[in-house]
Amino acid sequence: MSPTTITPRTDAGSGASHTPGVNDFVIKIATVNGTGSASANSLLMKSIFRSGVPVMGKNYFPSNIQGLPTWYEIRVTKHGYVARSGRVDIMVAMNAETYARDVKEVASGGYLIYDSTWPRPSLLKRDDITVLGVPLAQLCNENFSGVRTRILMKNICYAGALAALLDLDLQQIRKLLAETYAKKPQLVDSNMKAIQLGYDYAKQAFQCPLPLRVDPRAIEGGSKTSGHIMIDGNTAAALGCVFAGATVAAWYPITPSTSLMDAFKAFCDRMRVDPETGRKNFAFIQAEDELAAVGMTIGAMWNGARAFTATSGPGISLMSEFVGLAYYAEVPAVIFDIQRVGPSTGMPTRTQQCDIMAAAYASHGDTRHVCLYPSNPEECFYMAVQAFDLAERLQTPVFVMSDLDIGMNDWMCRDLKWDDSYRPDRGKVLSHDEIVKLEKFHRYMDKDGDGIPYRTLPGVHPKGSYFTRGSGHTQYGTYTEDSVEYQIVLDRLTKKWETAKRLVPRAIIDATAGSDIGLVSIGSCDGAIHEAIDRLKAEGVRVNYMRVRAFPFSEDVERFLAAHKLIFVIEQNRDGQFRSLLTLETRVEKHKLRSLLHYSGLPISSSFIVDGVLAEVRPQPRPEEQEALGAAG
Amino acid sequence: MTYLAKPKIAHPSLPKNKLGLTRRDYEGSLSTLCAGCGHDSITAAITEACWGLSLEPQNLVKLSGIGCSSKTTAYFVSGGHGFNSVHGRMPSIATGANAANRELQYIGVSGDGDTLSIGLGQFCHAIRRNLNMLYIIENNGVYGLTKGQFSASADVGTKAKKGETNFQPPVDPVLLALTLGANFVARSFSGDKQQLVPLIQAGLAHNGFALIDVLSPCVTFNDHEGSTKSYAYTREHYEPAVHADFVPLEREITADYKEGEALPVVMHDGSRIVLRKLDAGYDPTDRGRAQAYIQERMKEGEYLTGLLYVQTGEKEFHELNGTPDTALNKVPYEKLSPGSKGLEKILARYR
Repeated sequence: MSPTTITPRTDAGSGASHTPGVNDFVIKIATVNGTGSASANSLLMKSIFRSGVPVMGKNYFPSNIQGLPTWYEIRVTKHGYVARSGRVDIMVAMNAETYARDVKEVASGGYLIYDSTWPRPSLLKRDDITVLGVPLAQLCNENFSGVRTRILMKNICYAGALAALLDLDLQQIRKLLAETYAKKPQLVDSNMKAIQLGYDYAKQAFQCPLPLRVDPRAIEGGSKTSGHIMIDGNTAAALGCVFAGATVAAWYPITPSTSLMDAFKAFCDRMRVDPETGRKNFAFIQAEDELAAVGMTIGAMWNGARAFTATSGPGISLMSEFVGLAYYAEVPAVIFDIQRVGPSTGMPTRTQQCDIMAAAYASHGDTRHVCLYPSNPEECFYMAVQAFDLAERLQTPVFVMSDLDIGMNDWMCRDLKWDDSYRPDRGKVLSHDEIVKLEKFHRYMDKDGDGIPYRTLPGVHPKGSYFTRGSGHTQYGTYTEDSVEYQIVLDRLTKKWETAKRLVPRAIIDATAGSDIGLVSIGSCDGAIHEAIDRLKAEGVRVNYMRVRAFPFSEDVERFLAAHKLIFVIEQNRDGQFRSLLTLETRVEKHKLRSLLHYSGLPISSSFIVDGVLAEVRPQPRPEEQEALGAAG
Repeated sequence: MTYLAKPKIAHPSLPKNKLGLTRRDYEGSLSTLCAGCGHDSITAAITEACWGLSLEPQNLVKLSGIGCSSKTTAYFVSGGHGFNSVHGRMPSIATGANAANRELQYIGVSGDGDTLSIGLGQFCHAIRRNLNMLYIIENNGVYGLTKGQFSASADVGTKAKKGETNFQPPVDPVLLALTLGANFVARSFSGDKQQLVPLIQAGLAHNGFALIDVLSPCVTFNDHEGSTKSYAYTREHYEPAVHADFVPLEREITADYKEGEALPVVMHDGSRIVLRKLDAGYDPTDRGRAQAYIQERMKEGEYLTGLLYVQTGEKEFHELNGTPDTALNKVPYEKLSPGSKGLEKILARYR
């Protein structure tokens, strides 16, 4: 490991942990994939959200349909933090297979809830936690029939027990069930029955509620969730594509990007079908592979439609050749990369930010691509729209670098807003009349000095026709193998890249701490960093923070890097890809940058960042203390 | 500059089509292929076909992949946009482009390497989608630009220029297309312009995916003795099975064929193809029998040519998708965005 890299092995945190309390604790639920626990978990989360108490939910699921272990983490957070804290206060252990490790993970002073139909005295060796046994299987077997129903209801039943322990509003839960099963009302009653079974058992068996409970009245200033929604990034990005006016969507199914396409189709089926003719104002194409998916996207945008594709790491590898063509032939394209754990197939259902380099320089030859780094679903929505505007303005592929954590987990975000005066920026596309007026059309000539040429669409006028090619071409759009002619185009592309720096979203900089220590990061690390900054402040360490939102890096990124003596680059991959990109594409002195690398596949936690920073900047113990430590050792 | 614009000679006596354009108006830049290349004859046939159809040049979209054949899209109809994409991936560009604007005509020109090796997957899926395009394979059994390697269409027993023999069975695009459900499948020979021009016109008029596999000898790397794709061998072994006359919408069919021998097929736009059977054992409207017969003759070393199978009335890509009759890229933005009020309603589900 290089001396510039700090990689704590766990998220649990050490000295920086804080004490849980009312509206401030973490529940983790360990279940078996395919047993309906997802509905129970979202039911719990949404009922907390609706009560006005901020909540975070993360799903850690296997690449499997049924049978493998799965976990769901619900963090009740009065501060409105959106990331993992790194600790677990209440464990609901429903999976015998992972029981031992689940029990181990509970923080001292925490609670363990388990199915006491089968008592497990041997595993209950921890005396620093409270064990609450609920005979879930027994309750469900007595009250429901059918194997499958009993399994499903067991999970709803623990939600009922938790409702009693956490003091959740049963009326709210019933309302949520009614919304979920609007089309199958009989399920509302059976689910509610299971909720009640768990609820009543917990009420009579334990002292409810627990000290760790949800209490909306304890939230200062009333509801902290009004004006907010719970949405996943893929849905928000798909919505962005609808609002951007995208009409062609081509993709090849790959976790974790598929739900983006599913959402786009669902929105379009509802809102893009002409009520009079029944015709669809969109084309949704499941391609034969990712190569075809991006080819279709490029073909459609070349022909004047707004088109996009969504994929993940393996898809990015396959799309690279086409992306190089689009870069060189200057065809717009929008590509969503919902990053997952690599290399190769990696862990398809776990999160990472590991395609940063692959996307930035995708394809052979000298290529550089505009990348946007959304940090949450809200930003996925706005950046989706921006991506289309940038792609068409710059006539180049644009990557939206989301990840599994953003894409597939429900995040609490501010309400999405829409400005009705928005009109798509179609860039420099010549109209019929403009073409007619031209003496001659030259596709790749820099008329305006910004490196962006004018383009024409097929079918408009024969004078506007040109030949799009990935082979060497002149500024006039003709084939060439002439060194000078080739270089004129290549150098203009560099100029266009400079223009891109002025058009992409700027970094978000918080320098209020006035520190010479800076945190620099991208994307989904943002939530954990905000919390870490608060916690570091409590420890007496003040830091500034810059979240980069796009590549190429704008001038403000340079300024922030120059202004800080010690910079922690926080990202979720092993090799410090974002740090590499910063060293390659800015003037920063390498030695100032420390990597904080989280690449376990779970979303980064605030404890991880706090520990990483403190390992470097906490004042060293005084000499006499060191001696004492040595003597003790 | 290695690009040469073809000088336009406007001779007053040149015949003009309905749009008042001459054949010259349907030409492109000067070909850089070898002298005598079969591909250049195909380019000439496409030029002739488009002129004959009085196509608005800007309404023709020319697509290709990589290879000698793929270069040729620059050599015809310079008034239409061209897209020379990446190797084997032309069908996906065509799919996207067609999705965006169904009002234009799409012609893809590919080679046997581009279609049957690196692009086999995309070729198959374009057929499955019944993409409305004319797909021409300029088939010479050899990789020309990399100097003479066998392609996937090389016949068993054929010899390379350097003497090597091919033992791997070929992928036959005609049989493949029939298997995959293509509704317009033709084979021709670059040296038979009379057969090729009406086939191209019919292919452009066909509503859906139209394939023409054109045997197009490579004069430089595959025109020697022992090659089964040389000019001499092809002339000897190609056998016109069905002759197709293309009759554009505006022209009355004047019967110069005898009743009973001719089969008129009405195309989507009202134009017609008149098929004349040259081989008594052949039925171009029966997929299964056509397939069997082509295969049978192939075993004997004969390549049946002509419009080998045609079926009209099947739904193409847009009809299957339910998209509007007009181009998607022309739908006004106001129709595409739900607006702030629409967003409010959507958000209610996430509260």
